[in-house]
Amino acid sequence: MNFLLSITPSPVLSALLWIVLVVTALYFARPTAHALINATGRSLYKVFRTASLAVGKARTGLAERNRQVLLAAGREAKERIVEREFHRINETVRKDLGNYSALHRNLSESIKRIEDDHQQAVDVPPDPPGWVKAVQAVAAMDMKDSRVGVGSILSDIHKSLVKAHREAMVAYHEASRVRHTLLRKMRPEWREIQQTLDHVGKNVTSLLSRSSTIDRHMQEYEDIVKGEDRAVSILSSSSLVYFFVSALVLVVAVGGATINFSLIARPMAEMVGGTSLLMGYKTAHIAALVIILVEISMGLFLMESLRITRLFPVIGALPDKTRVRMIWITFTMLFLLASVEAGLAFMREVLLHDELATSALLRGDSATAISNDYMWITTAAQMGMGFILPFALTFVAIPLETFVHSLRTIVGLVAMGALQVTSLLLRLLGNGFRYLSKILAQLYDLPLFIPLWWAARDSSETGRENKRLQKVAS
Amino acid sequence: MKTFSLLIVCTMLASCAQSSPGNSGVYMLIDTSGTYREEMLKAEQIIRYSLSQLDATDSFAVARIDTGSFSEKDIVAKMTFDDRPSTVNRQKRVFIDQIRAFVDDTRSSPYTDITGGLLQAVEYLNEKGPATKTVLIFSDLKEDLEKGYVRDIDIDLTGFDVIALNVTKLRSDNVDPREYLTRLEQWQNKVEKSGGHWRVINDLDGLEGLL
Repeated sequence: MNFLLSITPSPVLSALLWIVLVVTALYFARPTAHALINATGRSLYKVFRTASLAVGKARTGLAERNRQVLLAAGREAKERIVEREFHRINETVRKDLGNYSALHRNLSESIKRIEDDHQQAVDVPPDPPGWVKAVQAVAAMDMKDSRVGVGSILSDIHKSLVKAHREAMVAYHEASRVRHTLLRKMRPEWREIQQTLDHVGKNVTSLLSRSSTIDRHMQEYEDIVKGEDRAVSILSSSSLVYFFVSALVLVVAVGGATINFSLIARPMAEMVGGTSLLMGYKTAHIAALVIILVEISMGLFLMESLRITRLFPVIGALPDKTRVRMIWITFTMLFLLASVEAGLAFMREVLLHDELATSALLRGDSATAISNDYMWITTAAQMGMGFILPFALTFVAIPLETFVHSLRTIVGLVAMGALQVTSLLLRLLGNGFRYLSKILAQLYDLPLFIPLWWAARDSSETGRENKRLQKVAS
Repeated sequence: MKTFSLLIVCTMLASCAQSSPGNSGVYMLIDTSGTYREEMLKAEQIIRYSLSQLDATDSFAVARIDTGSFSEKDIVAKMTFDDRPSTVNRQKRVFIDQIRAFVDDTRSSPYTDITGGLLQAVEYLNEKGPATKTVLIFSDLKEDLEKGYVRDIDIDLTGFDVIALNVTKLRSDNVDPREYLTRLEQWQNKVEKSGGHWRVINDLDGLEGLL
């Protein structure tokens, strides 16, 4: 610095001299410097813009791919739902309407029986009384010829009349009794018909309800097949909901697995040793973890074999006989592992008691002081948990499947967001460099304001002189 | 196929689980000479505490200091704990029974051969090869050798923690405390020159940092 200021006797003069030299040099280098700054700015702008466009294109491609995946997943899910609904309809038709001919025959027979009974229950008009003819005979008799015997005849007629009336009443009562009996027999037939018709009515209503559900699902399926935006939007939001719900359930399952782990890790030391290490972790802990993972795997296979989940299409596509065998094998293994866990949970309690007794002995306390009559409750509870938790973990397969399927959508959405942000940042950077080059060019000119002002003044005077010469010439 | 084979080999190698290298070896020397025999109950208390701190695969031995302590016969109880927790508990109970019998039946010895006991401890612990080696000396540190016993031997105590416990003051120490301090200093120099780490714990209520 001192050297720079000592080129003349006066430092101020030296400084001024340097300023003049630097400004002159900058002024002469100005066009080249401006060109360099502008070219750099433009190049960076183009590079970043091209990169932004490429990222944007990748985002569009990914969005399209996500859309296709989402639609495919939605289509598959809808197919499953529709298939299940058809299966239910098929079951209803097979179970209830499959024996429609028998139902029809029952109804016809019931109606026939009712008709017959009804026919028999028709009120029979009573026979005309027998004494009418006797009265006619009496009326036709000559009064003189038969005056003496009329009294006895009328007396007989009266007797006959009373007798006939009694018989008619008995017959009438008998007929009424038979009719009422027949009508009583008809009552269960009516009820049976009514029940049968109610049952048929319910089935038909159920079928109608299912058919309307199928209609709705088919409409949604058509929307998905057509690739409509509304369908994509619904599927996307459903995926988000499924993702968070399944993640929550999985967290709960992890909690269950952790409790399961703590139940069996300690007694596992009895089997594989308490201090040996495997890849830096206690072998007992790894063994306990492996047991839990094997249980979860068995649960997965069981769920796959039952066709509740579809993570492994190979299992779902197995012949029914093999699949049923697989169900029994996985269930047996789960049962055995659950039994092992229950045994280990019991062992844990025994070990705990043993350790407490030894500690008490080492402290000088009485070993029997720690015995407790209610300890069996915790032991039983631990054994129960050890047995139940493996089966409970089996159901992890369901949220796991949902999680895996929805994760694809979530990852796609996150990747799309990341690409969009990257594209925006690249674009901003490109524009930033573009404007930065302009600012740098202006900053370059800042110390050159005197020569620039001079050059501008000079050029304006030259311009005016040229105009004046043109006017003179014209 | 190559990757699969490699995976299988790695799994097989990893499954050859090694015992934990973090095990401890503790050897406790108990002075039974003269009036120090009266401190046996305190020694039992320390042994109980040590047992509660030791775990699977650790080694523990208790030996008496008598006229000639460089002998396996002076080892009262020794145990290397099993890998299984239930067996460890059983071993600890057996160990404490042996110590009880020793405390009840032990007799006072006329001489005190601490160096011989220390030699025996080093030999035992080196043979066991634990990760940490600790020698507990429950004594007043007053060595009194019978005529003819040679104990002027260099002992390699590299990697050993030597802890003097309950170093009681003798009657002569009360008259001239320098004797006591000199005795402690001599033992400290002896241990540290041999590469060991020396500590003294006289307050038996604060055994937390013992092991």
